[in-house]
Amino acid sequence: MRKYSAFAIAREAMRGHKGWEQQWRSPEPKASYDVIIVGAGGHGLATAYYLAKEHGITNVAVLDKGWLGGGNTGRNTTIIRSNYLYDESAGIYDHALKLWDGLSQDLNYNVMYSPRGVMMLAHNVHDVQVLKRHVHANRLNGIDNEWLTPEEAKEFCPPLNISRNARYPVVGATLQRRGGTARHDAVAWGYARGADARGVDIIQNCEVTGIRRSPEGHVLGVETSRGFIGAKKVGVVAAGHTSVLMEMAGVRMPLESYPLQALVSEPIKPIFPCVVMSNTVHAYISQSDKGELVIGAGTDQYTSYSQTGGLHIINHTLDAICEMFPIFTRMKMLRSWGGIVDVTPDRSPILAKTPVKGLYVNCGWGTGGFKATPGSGNVFAHTIARDEPHPINAPFTLERFRTGRLIDEAAAAAVAH
Amino acid sequence: MAGTYRIGNAGRLTPARTARFTFDGKHYTGLEGDTLASALLANGIHLVGRSFKYHRPRGILSAGAEEPNALVSVERDAARRTPNVRATVQELYDGLAANSQNRWPSLAFDVGAVNDLASPFFSAGFYYKTFMWPKSAWKSFYEPNIRSAAGLGVSPDQPDPDHYSSRFAHCDVLVVGGGAAGLTAAVAAAQAGASVILCDEQAEFGGALHFEKGAQIDGQDGWSWAQATAAKLAAMPNVRLLPRTTAFGYYAQNFVALTERATDHLASPDRTAPRERLWQVRAKRVVIATGAIERHMVFADNDRPGIMLASAARTYLNHYGVAVGRNVAVYTANDSAYFAAIDLKKAGVNVAAIIDVRDAPSGAAVDEARSLGIEILPGRAVVKANGKLRVSSVMVEPKTGGASRTIECDALLVSAGWTPSVHLFSQSRGKVAFDADTQRFLPGTYAQDCVSVGACAGTDGLEATIAEAIQAGSDAAGKPGKTLKITIKAQEGWTGGMLGAAPGPGTTVKAFIDFQNDVTAKDIRQAVHEGMRSIEHVKRFTTNGMATDQGKTSNMHGLAIAAETLSKPIPQVGLTTFRAPYTPVTFGAIVNHARGNLFDPTRKTPIHPWAEAHGAVFEDVGQWKRAWYFPEAGEDMHKAVDRECVTVRKAAGMFDASTLGKIEVVGPDAAKFMELLYTNPWEKLEPGRCRYGIMLREDGFIYDDGVVGRLAPDRFHVTTTTGGAPRVMNHMEDYLQTEFPHLNVWLTSITEQWAVIAVQGPNSRDIIAPLLEGIDLSDEGMPHMSVREGKICGVPTRLFRMSFTGDRGFEVNVPADYGQSVWEALWAEGRKYGACAYGTEAMHVLRAEKGYIIVGQDTDGTVTCNDAGLDWAIGKKKTDFVGIRGMKRPDLVAPGRKQLVGLLTKDPKIVLEEGAQIVADANQPVPMKMIGHVTSSYWSENCGRSIALALVAGGRDRMGQTLFVPMPKGVIEVEIGSTVFFDEKGERLNG
Ligand SMILES: Cc1cc2nc3c(=O)[nH]c(=O)nc-3n(C[C@H](O)[C@H](O)[C@H](O)COP(=O)(O)OP(=O)(O)OC[C@H]3O[C@@H](n4cnc5c(N)ncnc54)[C@H](O)[C@@H]3O)c2cc1C
Repeated sequence: MRKYSAFAIAREAMRGHKGWEQQWRSPEPKASYDVIIVGAGGHGLATAYYLAKEHGITNVAVLDKGWLGGGNTGRNTTIIRSNYLYDESAGIYDHALKLWDGLSQDLNYNVMYSPRGVMMLAHNVHDVQVLKRHVHANRLNGIDNEWLTPEEAKEFCPPLNISRNARYPVVGATLQRRGGTARHDAVAWGYARGADARGVDIIQNCEVTGIRRSPEGHVLGVETSRGFIGAKKVGVVAAGHTSVLMEMAGVRMPLESYPLQALVSEPIKPIFPCVVMSNTVHAYISQSDKGELVIGAGTDQYTSYSQTGGLHIINHTLDAICEMFPIFTRMKMLRSWGGIVDVTPDRSPILAKTPVKGLYVNCGWGTGGFKATPGSGNVFAHTIARDEPHPINAPFTLERFRTGRLIDEAAAAAVAH
Repeated sequence: MAGTYRIGNAGRLTPARTARFTFDGKHYTGLEGDTLASALLANGIHLVGRSFKYHRPRGILSAGAEEPNALVSVERDAARRTPNVRATVQELYDGLAANSQNRWPSLAFDVGAVNDLASPFFSAGFYYKTFMWPKSAWKSFYEPNIRSAAGLGVSPDQPDPDHYSSRFAHCDVLVVGGGAAGLTAAVAAAQAGASVILCDEQAEFGGALHFEKGAQIDGQDGWSWAQATAAKLAAMPNVRLLPRTTAFGYYAQNFVALTERATDHLASPDRTAPRERLWQVRAKRVVIATGAIERHMVFADNDRPGIMLASAARTYLNHYGVAVGRNVAVYTANDSAYFAAIDLKKAGVNVAAIIDVRDAPSGAAVDEARSLGIEILPGRAVVKANGKLRVSSVMVEPKTGGASRTIECDALLVSAGWTPSVHLFSQSRGKVAFDADTQRFLPGTYAQDCVSVGACAGTDGLEATIAEAIQAGSDAAGKPGKTLKITIKAQEGWTGGMLGAAPGPGTTVKAFIDFQNDVTAKDIRQAVHEGMRSIEHVKRFTTNGMATDQGKTSNMHGLAIAAETLSKPIPQVGLTTFRAPYTPVTFGAIVNHARGNLFDPTRKTPIHPWAEAHGAVFEDVGQWKRAWYFPEAGEDMHKAVDRECVTVRKAAGMFDASTLGKIEVVGPDAAKFMELLYTNPWEKLEPGRCRYGIMLREDGFIYDDGVVGRLAPDRFHVTTTTGGAPRVMNHMEDYLQTEFPHLNVWLTSITEQWAVIAVQGPNSRDIIAPLLEGIDLSDEGMPHMSVREGKICGVPTRLFRMSFTGDRGFEVNVPADYGQSVWEALWAEGRKYGACAYGTEAMHVLRAEKGYIIVGQDTDGTVTCNDAGLDWAIGKKKTDFVGIRGMKRPDLVAPGRKQLVGLLTKDPKIVLEEGAQIVADANQPVPMKMIGHVTSSYWSENCGRSIALALVAGGRDRMGQTLFVPMPKGVIEVEIGSTVFFDEKGERLNG
């Protein structure tokens, strides 16, 4: 892999950018691999990268039915934070946050991790109770999260409306300064390039249609739109389509798939310095480096695999955005889209072994898994390589829904993203 | 003349009606009916903006919504600044003030243009490869600089004073696009009796007939026919015409969203009129007649101001009477551009030459151009455009190479052919199919009840278009109408076109594809070279098609170049997804009325006005406003709450509990249903008695609680938490309809029907007694936890004897309309007995003194009945209810679960913070092992100290233990105890 640098760009500039290598190859699938990862989203690619980098397992293929990074990884609003309530969640999200810091250098790919601060708004007494519970728990877990008065919140984010006359006035906020955003495509591409350089085959336009097992039930490989590919181990990392895939191996997943929408405005000069989220009025917003306001909506009410959500959801979101930021009413929506998110009953992910030998699953990130990408890939690679979970993901089992050992971030009324 | 490029006799505007406007502070004059673009062009101004990345000078490319370059900021006043307005769409009005964007210090001299010189460095995706060292510099240096260089216009910085409106509509046929095809389809459908909505994004109907001068329809020129047809439609009662209205989103089940620009074109709009209006239309059938968009030619420096789409130049001439130059050249791969040359020549403008990449163009248009003496240069390519702020000449070479020739010109009209506008069709989830012959994507498989007609369906020629539209219109109406006959005398032939880069030195030059985002042909090639093989990757890596025009002129070129570089056919490379909105939509239009108080309905109880008049401070609880406390003169919240709490227990208090959710469960199987939905037993509960009920989710955790009264064997009056009312109702309906459909039960939400006045305290009985009729209030006649129906103040009541304070108490339910008067009558009685009004805060304190939980505060969705100390509420003999299986799962019965306990701070004056975490060892290092958290915490004046409830791991086994609450300012010592802090024996219920 030829290194990227300002110098390399200058060199290429002299010769019309003809000397760049392919960022990743487009190989034909081999007959079999040690490990097959299904799903070339951020989590799948990161898993492959760490398998190769940290566990020396390079005979790996990542298969995707479409183009790499084209699932939720390429559709999300890129909010990164780790101020989750429970120890287990704080553990995995903060593991990720620590990897974000330094990921560009590790991958030699600028993923534009920008710790511009994530602010969450409280609008009533109940919000205050819930958010303060987070602040206190985070503090004792060593995770930064501060409580701000409305005035402090406005100072941090000047466009915020803190008028007492707002329909739901801001009564306080939390701020995680290490939280922020990153460039989603760069994350997928950086991991893809890094994995490819270490020998991983990334095979796009290759849909997995079946999971073949031995008579004893052990995984043998996957049937795909490009034929059978053998594998000793298979990791399914397919977000909203995970339950469909796991069904192929006879594993019923505690997942529901919903469309989740987002939108951007036309690009404008910098006006919005951080990320703001509000659970009560149901909206979150940041401004991209390109200048677009990036706005996230809620999920549709009904389960569906259609990546077009309803207009009423967008409608509700923009209502909330314009209520919190009345200066944006004249801004224009440039593009809206949806992705299919995989939601577990406790809104926490599953990163675990499964009842099927050789089959591993990493899913359930729902509306908020982008932020976990490096951490998730890192511990999932460990789980596959060693056939046992890393301590950080050990609590995120499939069995917990049977035993009731939930990690219920939703019940704790944390915002999900 | 408004502008020196205005041509007498040309165009359709009225020369007498002038409008003054400013651009970058300079004054100009245009005509009413102009767009800002046509008015600028009439004044000889082409340079109107700067591009996103390289800050290249840019002119006006188009005459419509596809415009990538001519974006300006329009400022009516300080609060009415709108960035990124397309000058080609903005209609001129007297006094319009516009400014160019993304330049400093001025449009003609922009410092940012150094980026253009450094452009070899700023190749596609360069930012992914650098700015990584040192690590901290991304946040502190690189990113801030990139951000300030990016962005186009400047956001408004004041709240928008304008308002927006919204309409819902149904129709038989929605026709999108009012060109020849759309107008015809609308007439055909309307004549057959269908209700029709016809919308078009432009100010006037006519579509391509704005410029297509050669058309002759029904004995008139095309434009006159269009106006006559629109007039005819306007006169039909079953037709609604919506000009200036863009269909921007096509959603499921023929639901189409439109925005109507109502006042942006007016000089002094009526401030009571909306700026824009959102239309949400559900149509039986949609006729898509959205036309086609011309593409530009891709060659070196093809972005010079003065280089413009040929059809746009025709529109400026034929509609607005503006010549886009005095010495115009044409560069084309397509016949239609010849008509631009012909029209201009006939209007007296010099046409320097027509350069045609095709070797042997032929046909009527070519012949006519030639006969007018225009020089035609076939088989040649423009290899470069010269001039910086305005094109001054072009260099022309034979395609196969050879001597080049420079042709002077002050405008260059380009056409690479037409791209059918399949956006809405595609949004409807229809699948496009590539037509290899004509090199374009056309509607293929339909997914919804719609049909595409005319240019957007790839139908060439007016005659075929009209025939198709008549058919589509009458089909859509579902029955044949009067046979519509439209005769076409003359039409233009528009064959030809090319995709991708035009011949010429392609590798080093800047041949732009996406103007706004500065994406060149070589960027696309570089992306492919770097391994981007999917068109989505190419798009994201180069940002091609991601600008405010969403690739309307650039996508097909980018795709073709990618396909060529990959040596793959176009359809194999794929097409990026079309997504709503078709053109950018103002947030305000979508939000419309939902601002301020209408953002979310505010719910107020019938007693709200009384509370307001008596000085209550309110808190938001869901959508409700609830009286929080009633401060008397000089009292702060703390003092007021202390007084209220003490008064209730000493004398009595009145509390507005109307927000509690109420559901009436009625029917022969009502008790059976209750058995299934709640943990408690109900079959044996006698009519006239109440019970505290707990509802679980399927997973065994507490979902809601409330007191339920049995009014009759088949009738339960169920109460829920305030916040839980809607979800409990949904939950019940869900189970009734899906799991227990065999049960004969009706559910009715009665939250709004009954006002609820809680009268609590030792004097409560005396207060209500004088006002009641027909109810025996003695402890025998009406014991604690019973319900009676009778009359109070002469109106019906459901009287509950129950207590959320631990003192003797009643909840008086009366029909909501009587809520305030009954409250006032009770208040008058209460005053005699020293009662006060108390709010939610005192209510919280009083219930906490007794250890009564609040679901959602002391429980959080991870709490079982056992955790909350409520095992007694589970019917021991019950074999089935929602959650029974969940609550028996191993982890829900495991030892060490968090249990609800009382907490007393060692220092009675310290009030813990709700949400604070509890540890067993205060000296451990971070991360600490947290064993619980404070759920409720108050100062209790009745106890003379602070009290708190907490969920603590193994809490009930820790009675008397000392634990710690580490706060930023120090550790607070606490002792675990009972959840009941006051009247432990419960004697006051009958006190
Ligand atoms: C609109 C939106 C906004 C969001 N905002 C945020 C946010 O702000 N912050 C945050 O942290 N998270 C956010 N998320 C969630 C986040 O995007 C996801 O949790 C995360 O990206 C999931 O990554 P992944 O790699 O697991 O899944 P994906 O990126 O979806 O990858 C799964 C891949 O599996 C492939 N696949 C599926 N089926 C098959 C098959 N049969 N064969 C082969 N391949 C298959 C898919 O093509 C896809 O590429 C958001 C999500 C959406 C939709």
